[in-house]
Amino acid sequence: MNPGPVRSVADIGLRLDQLIGKPPVMEDTAELLALGEEILEHWVAAKGKEPTQDQREGFRLLALHRQGADKDPSFNACRETCRELVYHYNLVTQQADHPEAGQRARMMAWVANHLYLFIAGKMETQQLGDFCCASKPLRERVDGEMPAQ
Amino acid sequence: MSESNVKPGTEKSGKEKYGEVAYYPGCALEGSGHAYNRSTKALGNALGLKIKEVENWNCCGAMEVKNIDPKIQTYLSSRVMSIAANKMNMDVVMAPCNGCYHNLKKAEYDLANDEKSAEVVDRLSKKAGHETYQAGQVETIHALDWVKETIGEDGLKERVKNSLKGIKIANYYGCMYTRPRHIFPEKDAGPGSESTSKPHFMDDLLDAAGAESVDFPLKTACCGGAHTLSDSDTSTRLVANILQTAEASGAEVIATECPTCHSGLEMHQIRAEKVLGIKTSVKIIYFTQLLGMAIGLKPKKVGLHENISDSFDFVKDKGLA
Repeated sequence: MNPGPVRSVADIGLRLDQLIGKPPVMEDTAELLALGEEILEHWVAAKGKEPTQDQREGFRLLALHRQGADKDPSFNACRETCRELVYHYNLVTQQADHPEAGQRARMMAWVANHLYLFIAGKMETQQLGDFCCASKPLRERVDGEMPAQ
Repeated sequence: MSESNVKPGTEKSGKEKYGEVAYYPGCALEGSGHAYNRSTKALGNALGLKIKEVENWNCCGAMEVKNIDPKIQTYLSSRVMSIAANKMNMDVVMAPCNGCYHNLKKAEYDLANDEKSAEVVDRLSKKAGHETYQAGQVETIHALDWVKETIGEDGLKERVKNSLKGIKIANYYGCMYTRPRHIFPEKDAGPGSESTSKPHFMDDLLDAAGAESVDFPLKTACCGGAHTLSDSDTSTRLVANILQTAEASGAEVIATECPTCHSGLEMHQIRAEKVLGIKTSVKIIYFTQLLGMAIGLKPKKVGLHENISDSFDFVKDKGLA
């Protein structure tokens, strides 16, 4: 049984603030990726599911996003943010001696923070993103009538 | 753009296809996004592109109608396309607003794929007394497609009078330009097409005008725009992060192509300083304003004075005024 997320949502935010303020270096990228996974775990757990241990395209983060978006297309509003996080992780770790490695790690921290803010916001504000990206109606008709007879 | 329904040998060039389009400004461009309306028209005029505003157009259904009844939104968007196709005899509708563009694309998709939507649209069109729009009668494009496909990077380079050289830009496309992916079949369609994960049309055009587009990882990130009034704090935090990320990426300007994104970024930039103590100085300017000034239009001609944020000193320093 997966113990679920250990750090609270607020603690994840505090840790991201610390990392952004340092600013982050190449060695912090694994933690930034883990923080992204943790906030996704909170989202999945809040939906009453056990966070997956699977990977997609080599990353648990992407599998967690997919799990979080299951039957909830609005969650795709953070799909590209998750992919950017993975992209920056790959950039930094695959080209560790690149002159831009430090800048890439800094950008990764901002991306991780956006993922955190989106999910924390979505857990605070029900239906954040539901009706823009996903084209999902907020309210379903309940009277059984056809629209605009 | 996808040409799958066009007979071989009869393809039109971008300029032939989009040189004259039905223009659907939508509600926002007559209000908070008026600078975008003004700059889109001024840019098109200066580039020799023709627009005919959709006669007696109506709201696309925006988010408000779509929330209550998506089929009514499909009808409202279809009416705009019906007027363009059946009354104006136009093949292409150009919508600069991401929300309008998205809704017309969604309506097109629903009419082609959902029988119930087609039934509702037919019934309401008859009741309203106009011809029912049939899927495929027009092609809906964004203002980015319009400039990219007609003038393109080479054409822009030839027309630049005030190069954007030395201006570092983060291009922010917002969410509705690429999501949900299934309503944009022409995107992710191979070389030359727009990408839904890393859109680049705005980067391409501004770079052609001399700018340096920075690596900006939040091009399509959520700004909480739809919640800007109901939960301002969430929107402010998301926008502040977008602004700070743009500055961290080295940008002096965030280029926008949507009136809702633009006004959200501008308003929450002010609110982030007041409420969160986060001060950013990155300028927020429509891509049509930047391109317009690059080809020699005056800042007022492209409505710079209608933006909430003041960019006059900045554009003067950069030799654009």
